[in-house]
Amino acid sequence: MDLDLTEDQEAIRDVFADFFSSETGPERARDAEPVGFDSRAWDRLVETGAPGMGVGGSSGGGGATLADLTVVVEEAGAHIAALPLVDHMVATRLLATVGACDADVLAGATIIGLALRPPVDGVARTVPTGAVARRVVALDGDALVLIDGDPGDHLENHGCLPLAHRPLAGATVLAAGPDAVDAYRRALDEWRALTASTLVGMTRTALDLGVDYAKERQQFGRPIGSFQAIQHLLADLPGLLDGARLITAKAAWAGDRAVAGQTGVADMGDNEITDFAALACMALVSAGEAATTSTDRSLHVHGGYGFSEEYDIQLYFRRARALTMVLDDPARECRRLADMLLTGQATGATA
Amino acid sequence: MDFSLSPSAVDFRAEVKAFIAEHLTAEVVDQMHATGTFNDKAFNAALADAGLLAGAVPGYGDRDPIEHYILFNELEKAGAPYDGLAVTMLVAGVVNAVGTDFHRTRVLEKLLTGRLNCCLGYSEPDHGSDVASITTKAVRDGDEWVITGQKMWTTMAHVSDWVILLTRTNPGVPRHKGLTMFLVPMDTPGIEVQPVPTMATERTNATFYDEVRVGDEWRLGEVDGGWAVMGVALAFERGVMGGTNPAVPLLRHVRDWAGGAASPDGGTMLQDPLLRERLARTAIGNQVSQLLTLRAAWIAATGGLPGLEGSMAKLYATGRYQQAVGWFQEMAGAEGLLSFGVDAAAADGWIDYDARHAPVTTIYGGTTEINRNNVAERHLGLPRDR
Repeated sequence: MDLDLTEDQEAIRDVFADFFSSETGPERARDAEPVGFDSRAWDRLVETGAPGMGVGGSSGGGGATLADLTVVVEEAGAHIAALPLVDHMVATRLLATVGACDADVLAGATIIGLALRPPVDGVARTVPTGAVARRVVALDGDALVLIDGDPGDHLENHGCLPLAHRPLAGATVLAAGPDAVDAYRRALDEWRALTASTLVGMTRTALDLGVDYAKERQQFGRPIGSFQAIQHLLADLPGLLDGARLITAKAAWAGDRAVAGQTGVADMGDNEITDFAALACMALVSAGEAATTSTDRSLHVHGGYGFSEEYDIQLYFRRARALTMVLDDPARECRRLADMLLTGQATGATA
Repeated sequence: MDFSLSPSAVDFRAEVKAFIAEHLTAEVVDQMHATGTFNDKAFNAALADAGLLAGAVPGYGDRDPIEHYILFNELEKAGAPYDGLAVTMLVAGVVNAVGTDFHRTRVLEKLLTGRLNCCLGYSEPDHGSDVASITTKAVRDGDEWVITGQKMWTTMAHVSDWVILLTRTNPGVPRHKGLTMFLVPMDTPGIEVQPVPTMATERTNATFYDEVRVGDEWRLGEVDGGWAVMGVALAFERGVMGGTNPAVPLLRHVRDWAGGAASPDGGTMLQDPLLRERLARTAIGNQVSQLLTLRAAWIAATGGLPGLEGSMAKLYATGRYQQAVGWFQEMAGAEGLLSFGVDAAAADGWIDYDARHAPVTTIYGGTTEINRNNVAERHLGLPRDR
């Protein structure tokens, strides 16, 4: 039992907090709209080695664990970085499992993304990074396929994410069969855990923005943060934030254990959950709720200014919803979780 | 981070689970709900005799403090009568933190036998959340103090051997500076206990103190230093003594019921997509509540006093519990209204019980509003409102 970051992780956190603070942030996110891609920041990120840090050292990557990656992307979320980092990290790890991660992808010179849902009529629809990633990995039936070509036309959207449809025509098959399906499912669970961590970062900043505004804004002759009605809107949020961060960290821990061959359990009757797939789903739902709730309340505390483009909270508000829903309706995620919990399957142990 | 328990903690948890499997009989559970006293002296004594209370006092002993969390979490998850034990061990923790050698010998060591109980005397009829305004007075008379007043919500007073009593010793200073805490033997002449029935099964009490005389040796902490003692007691109470996983037994009861309950829409209730979604959401809430509690325990285990983290855990967990209870009672329909012992009751009456019990969880042990004030002022740094 140890609920602190490791020393290495603290160092990673500090380095990337500095990086995202200086290279990204609300102004850069605004400039990157509507597509949601900050190419200058990506180029700088490539210099840090972050795009390939999650790939094992034997495959030429940085050898970082899933837990390490959550630390990096929480900072990206906190600084609302308009970068396809989570998808790139997950897709590179997936490619490495089938021996298909080349040097350009590893370095980030070529951006790669992940189609989160089964293709429909030969098209991977609404791919989160489809408008900026040349390459996209998708699961077509039981075949893991690689789309390689120009990014798709951007689909204007709520959260200014680089969404695009990507046709599968011309895609190459990387692997097929049960192992390919398992590898893809494992990647989706990693996407859930890392997206959850991004949402935790957004929750953190949304809370800070709301608290700072409530301390500054004066009405009726005193700061609005002295009113109990405002205080209580904000006081529920630290528990949501810390709870989401803890369950995301637990999911990453379970994911790293699964790689090492340690199986987990999913016993809802005893509240004993160590299975990666179940925890990844829990983390995404939990962090999605923390982020949508905190951005909603913080925006409300800003009054009319929160609704205006000038203030930063609306950037977080829209992206929090986009990242919470781009995979699926959280209610359907919960029903998937129920399927896992009610059958007691420890799916995360198959990786 | 590492979420695995140490091998010794895993062993301890297995011991607690085995104890529960053997000692938490249907009779014990029936008895607790029939009497409304969530305290079973034989069960407590057996826990002590099995060596499972060695780490039960917060801040005391040489056991891994995570054992403390495991003990109360397992008892809560199992639906055991642990309320009286939790309060007793909390008082033992306060005695250890601020008490004298006399208190440790006369009280703490006896409490560890599992055969004696304590209760909390803070609230009064007119002073609940505003506890610093209490008026029960203690007046010095030589080496003794004379205590007169009334306390409310003195749960377990009728089975307790001591009450820790917050009194006013100095009315001439700002309200929280004139308070003193006493540890009063319940058999002292002048104490009267009256039952207060509640809408759930549990019983609480009003207690009356009519010129109760105790020696100065029963004072806990400094004269007029009662507020500091309260701070220790509240930090132990919130979040780390159970009370943050009440939806675990609820979820188990609902799951087991739903598999055999016919849905009006056809099939079983367990096949209902909305019920499945809500089971999953409750399972998520249970995991997050456990992690927030574990974080508070982790802070205690590494030498801190997790007051705010406990507040956060309690806020989160009790809100989720109430939400879950509301969902499941609605989804059980009319049978969700039926009580223990009634033939057609959904989940054998547990849904009705939890729906009755849930409202008190955002009230006792610090209301949701007081906890929000704490988080707003001390964690978020918002200006003090009161």
